[in-house]
Amino acid sequence: MAPYLLVAPAVAVVLGILGWPLAQLVAISFQRYGLAELIRHRGRWVGLDNYASIVRDPDFWLVALRTTAFTAVTVLATMLIGVGLAFLLRRVRRLVKLLLTVTLVFVWATPVVVGVSMWQWLVDYEFGVVNWVLGRIGVDGFPRHNWFEDPVQGLAVVGAVVVWGAVPFVAITVHAALSQVPEELREAAVIDGASAPQVARLVTLPLIRPVLNLVVVLEIIWNFQVFSQLWIMVGGRPTQDYQLFSVYAYTQSFGISQYGRGAAIAVVMVLALAGLSVVYVRRMLATEATS
Amino acid sequence: MSALPTVGDPAPAPGAAPVQPAVARPAAPLRTAPAGTRRRRQRRRSWAADALGLLATAVLGFPIYWMVSSAFKDGPELLSYTPHWWPHHPTLENFRRALSREWFWTNVGNSLIVVTATVVISLAVALLAAIAVARFDFRGRRAFVACLLAVQMVPLTALIIPLFLMLDGVGLTDRLPGIVLTYLSFVLPFSVWTLRGFVLAVPVELEEAAMLDGCTRVQAWRHVLFPLVAPGLVATAIFAFIQAWNEYVLAYVLLRSPENQTVTVWLASFTTSRGTEWGPLMAAATLTALPVVVFFVIIQRRVVSGLTAGAVKG
Repeated sequence: MAPYLLVAPAVAVVLGILGWPLAQLVAISFQRYGLAELIRHRGRWVGLDNYASIVRDPDFWLVALRTTAFTAVTVLATMLIGVGLAFLLRRVRRLVKLLLTVTLVFVWATPVVVGVSMWQWLVDYEFGVVNWVLGRIGVDGFPRHNWFEDPVQGLAVVGAVVVWGAVPFVAITVHAALSQVPEELREAAVIDGASAPQVARLVTLPLIRPVLNLVVVLEIIWNFQVFSQLWIMVGGRPTQDYQLFSVYAYTQSFGISQYGRGAAIAVVMVLALAGLSVVYVRRMLATEATS
Repeated sequence: MSALPTVGDPAPAPGAAPVQPAVARPAAPLRTAPAGTRRRRQRRRSWAADALGLLATAVLGFPIYWMVSSAFKDGPELLSYTPHWWPHHPTLENFRRALSREWFWTNVGNSLIVVTATVVISLAVALLAAIAVARFDFRGRRAFVACLLAVQMVPLTALIIPLFLMLDGVGLTDRLPGIVLTYLSFVLPFSVWTLRGFVLAVPVELEEAAMLDGCTRVQAWRHVLFPLVAPGLVATAIFAFIQAWNEYVLAYVLLRSPENQTVTVWLASFTTSRGTEWGPLMAAATLTALPVVVFFVIIQRRVVSGLTAGAVKG
């Protein structure tokens, strides 16, 4: 009996503020839920209409494609830089390692909203340092380049903020994993005649693969649902070309008061990530059982 | 990971490969190289790595440096077409203007109230659940843990709609108690998971010994387990504090009137008007980040590994 009493409050909270809203989300996605329904606090059941309407909407597919591309590019960049830095941390001398680690921790600690603010200042079209540097090295059209005129460039800036904020987690986590690989294994491989790349590929990499997989899964889940960085960067007024999934679900519900439609989009987003979430949960449970 | 080592590049820093052509060499087994050459190579490579490390430090750290240094610059220095790399005439004027901006202190107060309430409630509830999960084997335990992990992966933005409608139904939108409730949704699951790790780290034999000596189970928890878990509790509390302090989306959607908003919403609203005041904004951003950065640096080692804990050995 004791354990049930102990978990009861937690279960109650999780059911109340996560389970119930999730169920509500699914229910609302089957309802017409506009301003009138909002006032009456009751939606009107319309079956699959919301889903049918978003599937027929070319904008939805465009957003899906854009979000997928954004996720792929940012996760790839984060992993390349993060893993690169993790290996680099093992090769630099003490002082450099300390400097780099401290910087990584500071970046990691930076609140998202603060990070966005500093990047806005960096890419300001008139006084931004980035434009000045690009102008100095002779790139055409700088200074006074507006990064947000072209949505691809604008999203690239958003992506840069996301990657910048995500690299420390990857670098430090992978570095921690690397330092758990026993040195003897590497030495043994070298004695057996393996070259450094071979050691990395055949000894180190297989041993840190579980961590790499886990980090990739988390990064995909996080970057697929990017909201704040984009929302604040464009001053709360994203044009159609800027919409990523989270923002799209938000503007479709709160922006034009079609909560049913927004809920359907949100459900699609949750389902899209469900597979990866399962991978994460299973992985963590497997380690939980052994610890 | 095809991006890992290319032939002859022993420092697999993919993004940086072109920067260090010095290390490109034919792939030869290390042992065949004469000792002298090898040592020289080693040193050269290590210089390249150091240079690369410093470059990475500079690039990653620059945005933060630029924010802090801009916060201390006066108007002409900020609005100069040629950047001033450090404040030539350091001034606190930006901080003064940021602090005197409407609602700053009110919103900082709101953040503190929301964060404190969230952390206290989460930790109390989470500690009990963590003990249950770590110390008992009961039916549904695994399912409960799986749920805790799974819900952390549900996008918060997807839950905004039902949370908003739920709070709206009971008249809790635009009110701090409402926002505290929603913050529990992401702070609590994480806290249970992290605390579970800290409880597990305390050998159960200690409690058993105390019980042999006549303690009840609850007494054993209070006098043996609790003091040993306390550092973990502090670390978890700080991490929960950071998460709640940094939260933006829910506060933005659920708190509409300026006097009820939190500091992140206050900060983000700086930029919506045309013609941002960069100096005060950088000062405000620095101030917002300050408590979080201080706390984070303190606990970073202890908690953040929780996300992937134990995944190495598998």
